[in-house]
Amino acid sequence: MKHFLLVLALIAAPALADTDLPQSRWANEQLPDAHQEAAAQALMGTLRCLVCQGQSIADSDADLAGSMRAMVRTRIAAGQKPDAIRAWLVSRYGNWVSFVPPVEPLTWPLWAAPLALLLAGLWLARHRFRRRG
Amino acid sequence: MKRFGPLAVFIALVLALSWRLAHPSGTAVYSQLVDRPVPALTLPDAAPGQPPITAAAFATGKPQLVNLFGSWCVPCIAEAPQLKHLQSEGVRIIGIAVRDRPEAVAAFLGENGNPYASIGLDRGSDAQVALGSSGVPETFVVDGRGVIRRQFIGGIDEGALPEVRRALAEAAR
Repeated sequence: MKHFLLVLALIAAPALADTDLPQSRWANEQLPDAHQEAAAQALMGTLRCLVCQGQSIADSDADLAGSMRAMVRTRIAAGQKPDAIRAWLVSRYGNWVSFVPPVEPLTWPLWAAPLALLLAGLWLARHRFRRRG
Repeated sequence: MKRFGPLAVFIALVLALSWRLAHPSGTAVYSQLVDRPVPALTLPDAAPGQPPITAAAFATGKPQLVNLFGSWCVPCIAEAPQLKHLQSEGVRIIGIAVRDRPEAVAAFLGENGNPYASIGLDRGSDAQVALGSSGVPETFVVDGRGVIRRQFIGGIDEGALPEVRRALAEAAR
């Protein structure tokens, strides 16, 4: 039985196979310039992978994330500013692709929430202190 | 009444969370380029000896489809008969083979039929990202001026054919 299952596992092809083309060079190789690599790393950590949507492209093993890492490194090495690269990607995929949400009417609640929660907490605490006093 | 305040908040939270569990938000990421021109691309043709595909190929005066696929992509096999059908109706389809090799593309077309007017090779997914596409298969409806009018994410199954035809007709106006 065990052998039978093993043979089955060997002949089974993954249902949604990935490409067998190797990743581009800069997908998994650091830039020789440490400053540029640091800038690329910082940017890659704040760009969302389109396949594994909870992960940044720095963390994701998806093929597309590898391509995007290669793109970020190539553009940084060519002298592009990280903000320009982020803006270029946002113009393709929308703000969704960035882990740094912009301040705009739609995101005001997001930015205001910490302040609102802190104020609510203070208000609750003050209420309690007053009762004890 | 005051004592039930926190309980009410808790119940509201549980209701909100379970509603989201039952109605998950979609995971498809749509391109921001819909209603914008196809970005300037130059892709080597997958067939040997053919000139590269440039942005001019996307503005021919008639609406056409730009289909991103891969010889390694299983849903693309399921989509192939529908593309063939559209081609037989006179729809021009440009293929973009994502992260692919010319030999693999040729083998894929030999097995599943070739609905494409021409096929560009996108070895590093650069064209895919430039188009704001996040996977294969994906299909863009491009009008005669080279402006992207619609994006279909995922394979075009038989049920989606009327919608594709409608989008093409709208792009022709």
